[in-house]
Amino acid sequence: MKSILAALIVATLAAITLAEPSLAASTETDYKTALAAAEAAEKEAGNLKNQWLPTEQALAAAKKAAAANDFDAAVKQAQQAETLAKASIFQAKEQDDAWKAAVIR
Amino acid sequence: MLRAVGATLAVLLALAQTAVADTTDPQADFKAFRAYFTKRFPKVPLNDFVNGPYSMDADLRKQWVAIDEFPPYQFALDKGQEMFGTPFKNGKTYGDCFANKGIGIRQNYPYFDEKTGEIITLELALNRCRQANGEEALSYVKDDMAALTAYMAFTSRGQPFDIKIPSDPRALAAYENGKKYFYSRRGQLNFACSSCHVQSPGEHIHTEVLAPALGIVAALPIYRSEWGGMGTTSRRLLTCNSQTRGVPLEPQDENYRDVEYFLSYMSNGLPISGPGARP
Repeated sequence: MKSILAALIVATLAAITLAEPSLAASTETDYKTALAAAEAAEKEAGNLKNQWLPTEQALAAAKKAAAANDFDAAVKQAQQAETLAKASIFQAKEQDDAWKAAVIR
Repeated sequence: MLRAVGATLAVLLALAQTAVADTTDPQADFKAFRAYFTKRFPKVPLNDFVNGPYSMDADLRKQWVAIDEFPPYQFALDKGQEMFGTPFKNGKTYGDCFANKGIGIRQNYPYFDEKTGEIITLELALNRCRQANGEEALSYVKDDMAALTAYMAFTSRGQPFDIKIPSDPRALAAYENGKKYFYSRRGQLNFACSSCHVQSPGEHIHTEVLAPALGIVAALPIYRSEWGGMGTTSRRLLTCNSQTRGVPLEPQDENYRDVEYFLSYMSNGLPISGPGARP
């Protein structure tokens, strides 16, 4: 019975570890990867002249958190910035044609 | 057989409609734009659309009439007149850069410049005048530019907008780009200029009454109580962008100049009423 219980505990801990990789602390490398992805997306939005203010705010928050060595927060903010930038890119591309439906005729 | 013919005709009809929709026809746009606003607001006299929210809301209009006894833009107007008449270091003045010495010409701006193939707004023309005479460009969003354009607008008060779109593909492209900018959604809030000023004029956003797009450029530059000071056309456009949670473009970006061209053409025949005052 004890061995079964011990095996269950080990299995549960292993499952939690595998299922929740985010529990592991983010590193500076993780942050740099996330930031590069976010900045690339924001640059593309800039080329389309359709950047969003919250994207810029999230990028600034990511850099501020990284400067304070809080890489968990920095990665989270950078990922948020990338999501927002990609949404603004989608919007610009979608509106490239969709605007015509709004024209007064 | 009949089904096949019917289907082919339907496809051809759809293609024809798309082609028509994609054709740049400023005159057709003008007629449709005017008809939309005059039908939606049949009690508003045509020339009153230039008064923006005051044409939509009686109580707001009473406040404006009272405020206008001592116009909040008067200081800017006086300053603009003084600046306009003060010679540059080389002895020339702003008047030397413009037709009719710059008096009573506001209604002709923006215009399409056939030499450069671009849209020239009054603010851009003023800065190019300065630079051609060895002076530094003014900020497009600050008080000096607002003062100068306030004075020039004042000398044109009552003159009808007279914006021309020559049959030059570059002019038509600029017009079409301005139209596209006006109707395109942007910013995190997913708003187009038209979301407020075509779909919702007369309605409230917080305490503000939204102005109709028809004649919306006639009162610029404006004193805004919200800003606690004067604002240029550039400032108005930048602010609109940031209010949708979009990053504003650079002042006098091609898109901003083109949308001013589009809106000014839509206002043809309506009187210049600037400088204006808004809540």
